[in-house]
Amino acid sequence: MPVHLENEATLVAEAKEGNAEAFTVLVNQYERNIFRLALNITSNKEDAEDVLQESFLKAYTNLGRFQGNSRFYTWLVRIAVNESLMKLRKRRSDRQVSLDEKLETEDDGLLPREIVDWGDNPEQHYAKTEWQEILAEATQTLEPAFRTVFTLRDVEQLSTEETAEALGLSVPAVKSRLLRARLKLRQRLNKYFK
Amino acid sequence: MNCKGVVRELSDFLDGELAPDLLKELEQHIQKCKNCRLVVDTTRKTIEIYCDAEPLPLPEGVHQRLQQALANKLGRQPS
Ligand SMILES: [Zn+2]
Repeated sequence: MPVHLENEATLVAEAKEGNAEAFTVLVNQYERNIFRLALNITSNKEDAEDVLQESFLKAYTNLGRFQGNSRFYTWLVRIAVNESLMKLRKRRSDRQVSLDEKLETEDDGLLPREIVDWGDNPEQHYAKTEWQEILAEATQTLEPAFRTVFTLRDVEQLSTEETAEALGLSVPAVKSRLLRARLKLRQRLNKYFK
Repeated sequence: MNCKGVVRELSDFLDGELAPDLLKELEQHIQKCKNCRLVVDTTRKTIEIYCDAEPLPLPEGVHQRLQQALANKLGRQPS
């Protein structure tokens, strides 16, 4: 989750009044997070850019409906998640992608293999950008239903409840997918630390 | 609690949401079981790595095209 702007409430209020400059400050603060979120969900740079633009345009248009009950950022994330899922579904309309699809719920295959110690700071062995690419690629290997939950929960650090609400899933469904996503990613990252 | 149980409760444990009785059982197990201890540690590390990761700078041109799209929209008087 990006740094919370101290004057965010003021900026939002000014943007509501039609102050374009105030809105631009919000955009500049969150554009990188929203792009990453969209890229993580859609796995496609063009789609992510479309999502980025459409999300901020939509946010501006609908700003009057933002009640201030949640953080502006979590409200924005919800818009971006919806836009991303629409893109994902459009692109994969041939083989229906659904976040509601019945995923394996048994414990089979959950038990981790190849258990090795990673040492204290495994990421120090990689250059910053190289490391960020490794992380992005690892999430891309997850099924959409898993990587979407993981992205909201562990990358953008929304709460379980916020994640459930943003995705229209139950809390237990979020938890079960999150566990699987975390274990799968742990497994993917393993090879970089052996 | 056995190894399977540890994995099942792993997320709640790492999120600090595990019920006290289960927490105790889990802690007792990982004290004895090195494999589970490593799974807990490396999964915790996985989460930390992603939490701490700064988003990359936007690819070339993306910021400019976003600004342009917004300017087109914001140029008009919002209703
Ligand atoms: Zn064990």
